[in-house]
Amino acid sequence: MRSPKESQVRKLPESGVSRRGFLQGVSLGGGALGAAVLERPAEAAQSGVVGPGEVSITLWVNGKEHELRVEPRVTLLDALRDRLGLTGAKRVCDRGTCGACTVLVEGKAVYACTTLAIDAQGKNIQTIEGMTRGSELHPVMKAFVNNDAQQCGFCTPGFVVAAKAFIDEHPNPTEEDVMNGLGGNLCRCGTYIGIRKAVVEAAKAMGGRNA
Amino acid sequence: MQAFEYANPKTLQEALGLLGSSWGEADVLAGGTDLLGLMKEYIHTPKRVVNIKGIKELGGIEKTSAGVRIGATVTVAELLSSGLIKSQFPALIQAAQGIASMQIRNMGSIGGDLCQRPRCWYFRSGYGLLAMKDGKSLVANGENRYHAIFGRAPAYFVSASSFGPALIALGAKVKLASQSGTRELPVAEFFVAPATEDDREIALKPNEILTEILVPAETTRNATYEVRQKEALDWPLATASVALKMDGGKVRSAEIVMGHVGPTPVRAPKAARSLTGKTINETVAEKAAATAVKGARPLSQNAYKVQLAKAAVKRALLRAVS
Amino acid sequence: MPDYKWPPKDQRRIIGKPVNRVDGPAKASGRARFSQDVRLPGMLYAALLTSPYAHAKVTDIDTSQAEKSPGVKGIQIISEPGTEIQWAGTEIALVAADTEEHARDGVRKIKVKYEVFNDHFVKEADLATAQKLGRAKPSGEAVTGDPDQAFKDADVISEGEYGIPPITHCCLESHGQVVAFDGEKVEYRPSTQNVSGVGGDLAKGLEIPAANVHVHQDHIGGGFGSKFASDRWGVETAKLSKKVGGKPIRYHHDRRTELEIAGCRPAIYGRFKVGAKKDGTIIAWESKTWATGGFGGGGLNANLLPYVFRDVPNRRFNHSAVSINAGGARAWRAPNHPQVSFLTCSAIEDLAAKLKMDPLEVFLKNLHYTQRPEVYRAQLLKAAEMIGWKSKWHPRGQSGRGPVKTGLGIGIGTWGGMGHNATERVTIHPDGSVVLEIGSQDLGTGTRTIITQTAAESLGLPMKDITLRIGDNRYPRAGASGGSTTVGGTSAATRKATLNALEKLFEAVAPSLGAQPDQLVARDGKIMVKGDSSKSLTWRAACAKLGVTPIEATGSNNRRSPGGLIAGGVGGAQMAEVEVDTETGIVTLKKLAVVQDCGMIINPKTAASQCYGAAIMAICGALYEERILDAATGRFLNAEFDFYKLAGIKDVGQIEVHLDMTPEHDARGVVGLGEPPVIPGIAAIANAVANAIGVRVPRVPLTPDRVLAALERRRA
Repeated sequence: MRSPKESQVRKLPESGVSRRGFLQGVSLGGGALGAAVLERPAEAAQSGVVGPGEVSITLWVNGKEHELRVEPRVTLLDALRDRLGLTGAKRVCDRGTCGACTVLVEGKAVYACTTLAIDAQGKNIQTIEGMTRGSELHPVMKAFVNNDAQQCGFCTPGFVVAAKAFIDEHPNPTEEDVMNGLGGNLCRCGTYIGIRKAVVEAAKAMGGRNA
Repeated sequence: MQAFEYANPKTLQEALGLLGSSWGEADVLAGGTDLLGLMKEYIHTPKRVVNIKGIKELGGIEKTSAGVRIGATVTVAELLSSGLIKSQFPALIQAAQGIASMQIRNMGSIGGDLCQRPRCWYFRSGYGLLAMKDGKSLVANGENRYHAIFGRAPAYFVSASSFGPALIALGAKVKLASQSGTRELPVAEFFVAPATEDDREIALKPNEILTEILVPAETTRNATYEVRQKEALDWPLATASVALKMDGGKVRSAEIVMGHVGPTPVRAPKAARSLTGKTINETVAEKAAATAVKGARPLSQNAYKVQLAKAAVKRALLRAVS
Repeated sequence: MPDYKWPPKDQRRIIGKPVNRVDGPAKASGRARFSQDVRLPGMLYAALLTSPYAHAKVTDIDTSQAEKSPGVKGIQIISEPGTEIQWAGTEIALVAADTEEHARDGVRKIKVKYEVFNDHFVKEADLATAQKLGRAKPSGEAVTGDPDQAFKDADVISEGEYGIPPITHCCLESHGQVVAFDGEKVEYRPSTQNVSGVGGDLAKGLEIPAANVHVHQDHIGGGFGSKFASDRWGVETAKLSKKVGGKPIRYHHDRRTELEIAGCRPAIYGRFKVGAKKDGTIIAWESKTWATGGFGGGGLNANLLPYVFRDVPNRRFNHSAVSINAGGARAWRAPNHPQVSFLTCSAIEDLAAKLKMDPLEVFLKNLHYTQRPEVYRAQLLKAAEMIGWKSKWHPRGQSGRGPVKTGLGIGIGTWGGMGHNATERVTIHPDGSVVLEIGSQDLGTGTRTIITQTAAESLGLPMKDITLRIGDNRYPRAGASGGSTTVGGTSAATRKATLNALEKLFEAVAPSLGAQPDQLVARDGKIMVKGDSSKSLTWRAACAKLGVTPIEATGSNNRRSPGGLIAGGVGGAQMAEVEVDTETGIVTLKKLAVVQDCGMIINPKTAASQCYGAAIMAICGALYEERILDAATGRFLNAEFDFYKLAGIKDVGQIEVHLDMTPEHDARGVVGLGEPPVIPGIAAIANAVANAIGVRVPRVPLTPDRVLAALERRRA
């Protein structure tokens, strides 16, 4: 039961409607809710009370749908790492302070250690694993490598994901902007000098546009 | 974390029906940035968690006839990007900027900020809200460098809210809903110093949800100044928010509220009154700041916070008129 | 035997080049696997029950409810009834379950009865109480020369009291492991700085032959000196694995436990008295110090005070080890050096202030007491140039009007280095592929990268043609990564192993080139005859001559006879520029100038990263970090990252690194760089703050409360 059933058939809808917008639409009335039930059965149970034992949930991670059974108390981070084998996001403080667990939910950087997996249902979740295309590194990753913005590498995936989210909102940052933007991540080896340069370089490589 | 039931209601009425009548039965989940930590430490062991993020009526920032309505689940990031807030309430923007983590800004909600539990390290280590051991306060003669300078036995923790002081300075109210109806409360009365271990530090009842914040439309010069040791994510050591109603260059009336210095945000009415009719400058601000901290009663290790609070008040005043 | 010496600087093609770290893409993409990322089939998750009391005796443990808890598969009692607990966080019992959540539920259901003594002592700075309680153990007095007479002869005597508290390692990957033990053999996936040695350590704890333990680790998420042993949790997790039928179990500390029991850097406090002549020459030095890491106290070598200026002719040293009820010390990046650098440089800066002299003059004046006066002179002058000492330095406290004061300060350091014992095996296959195997580890210092560079240089191949395997105790043994000995040990072993292999290859291909083996060289992917470029074979063609038999060769570094490839003993100087907001007591580091000599540099990019990282750790120690223990409860109150403060990306100012790459330093060979640059920073920052505000803040970290208190004293 622990191993997730992964179905690669359904991709996230790529319409202009964000997942958030979609869900808000759902709450408007019974008719819309009915449509949602057809679309994704796991959501039907959400307005009812579930748990405390394991419940079936569906997570959309890196464009793929994963069905898994978890207790409501399982964090998104632990679900990704221990149930889905996506170990790029790390557990370091486990209290929403250090950023090593950073993933994108609906394109926004969040702490996966402080998000319940069940609460991430129906949302577009992107992890560091979803940033590479085959063996091709994301420009942020390349810039981290070029600027030696990593030592032990344990904080690095969280920083890379946070940096991507930051660049999406600040396509042409200065080092000062980077310092103001990435205050939610910690590094113990002391790679900040490289990270400042890497994020500026990555933004340039991405041509000042969102990617 | 102790196992819990989970509910994801779509309407406020549904959500209210899922709450308990005493603490410990159900906890409300919004951004989760505080609640999950509390549950992981077994400080909170709710039987049920009610997620309110899916309730549309709890979101949104709108202009109303009386001012601005901020939904409880509005995130710090949403607040920061709101033109309405930026144009009228720099005190809120500056408080939001003090939360130096993009991730917390994306997750944390303004309602959650007001309802978050104290950061007292005794409380977080399981010694209870008042941190009593064998009938004595662990704080009063213990490690109290980050604790209250305006505390009174038995509550020496500091309110951790970032927005509380600014909202009080701006004269805001919170709306609290329960199945039996709604009530409005000035934010200043929302924070309370608990007298016993069973009390809470906010006026919210276990069967209530904080649904929105109403900030009056009065035009003020307002600002927040936070003293934080780190530029990166860090808890402030002392903060101050001020709102000044002006007659030209002169203060008609003022409100000064200090944060992270007491179990509730701490108003400084005497200092505020002293500004009436004055033009704010370095000397005036300095004097008012000195008045603001006059009643402080620091603990064994935190006399320095008196100076920090003073600096925060002075700088908030100067920032408001700059 | 080949001539192993490094190629001359102008002939190096890969050594000395700032190439990207070879495991950079794996780390940046999240593909790098750490101990915490390991999932083995059938793996269980463990959670640890720890003592909330700092001094107590376990009187009873009831696991009956826990055993019945859903998902729980086994329980290992670590502290049996009767065990005396000496610090909070001590391991009591370990629970294995099908999920981590269930394991934690199990922990909550174990009922432990304690006899709580309530007599714990945790305030290590309080020497008088420690003495009264019999918790301070004097280590005797060490006297050199005639300090009493020298103090009489001194024109000026400066006295001060300084202190630096314990800080923890804060490895982002907490300690722990995945381990499977079927009663005979062990599969062990720890987070370790000691791949070749930790298996034997675990075996000892399990009372099985060392050869039965297989250790594997791809990456380690920070060590800093705290991850050499298998530790109690490693041994107990293995025992629990045996109990549950040999199933693998994953256990790593949560953050609080990591900070409580996985090691700390000892505190050192001390009273100092320095006597000097009017011209700034120090003639007498006296120190009374005490130190602690935890229950075991904290020792201090008399040779470390005064630090660097160790040949001051008249000196007296007294030290006490103070035992407290807290988790114990472990090696922490340059053990004891950052502390004694801070203590010594503070005393010298205070002396300079008393003499009304520029402290740079006083440091320069006394360099004859150091092991390498000329190195330090050059470094201090270089750092002074980088920080703008001449134009920006002002006498103490004369930073002008306004609430924000600026100041400059100096710190210096020294470190040994050399190389640990290490052996590497090189296999050259007939298809041309090259495989290196060594039981080392890459702490993020760039070990993989410098080994690959060294091999590529020696074999005349591009780095991409080298396959390097590390992180397994089935490979030839390498020392633990400690004391900045890894780059020396592994680069020397690599150089020797690859040249030994090449020698065999030359023998095999010489006949086809019509030359003698000693006439051949490997360069640009070819084997060629020296001085005759027309006679050559591509690397592949040359290796094809091996037929079906690969070449296997090893090379070793012996730390007792390093053979000229590596060296030890470096100096370093750093200068800090700070701003102090005197209304809030907040210190902002504007700039840290780092000057470090480091021998021959294999990779300037990763070498610079070591310096940047070390400087940042020093900034954390100077401004933010300390273990805060509560007298009443004995608990480590700030053992979570929201109150255990580490600098973020905006808190570290500008850092400028100058690697002292002179021909003289280069000629010494490779010198480790992990430790040296972490040493001087705290001293430099603390001195800069004293210079800015005109008064010494006697203890670090330089938090607002301490800065404001010092300013208060100055006004009084």
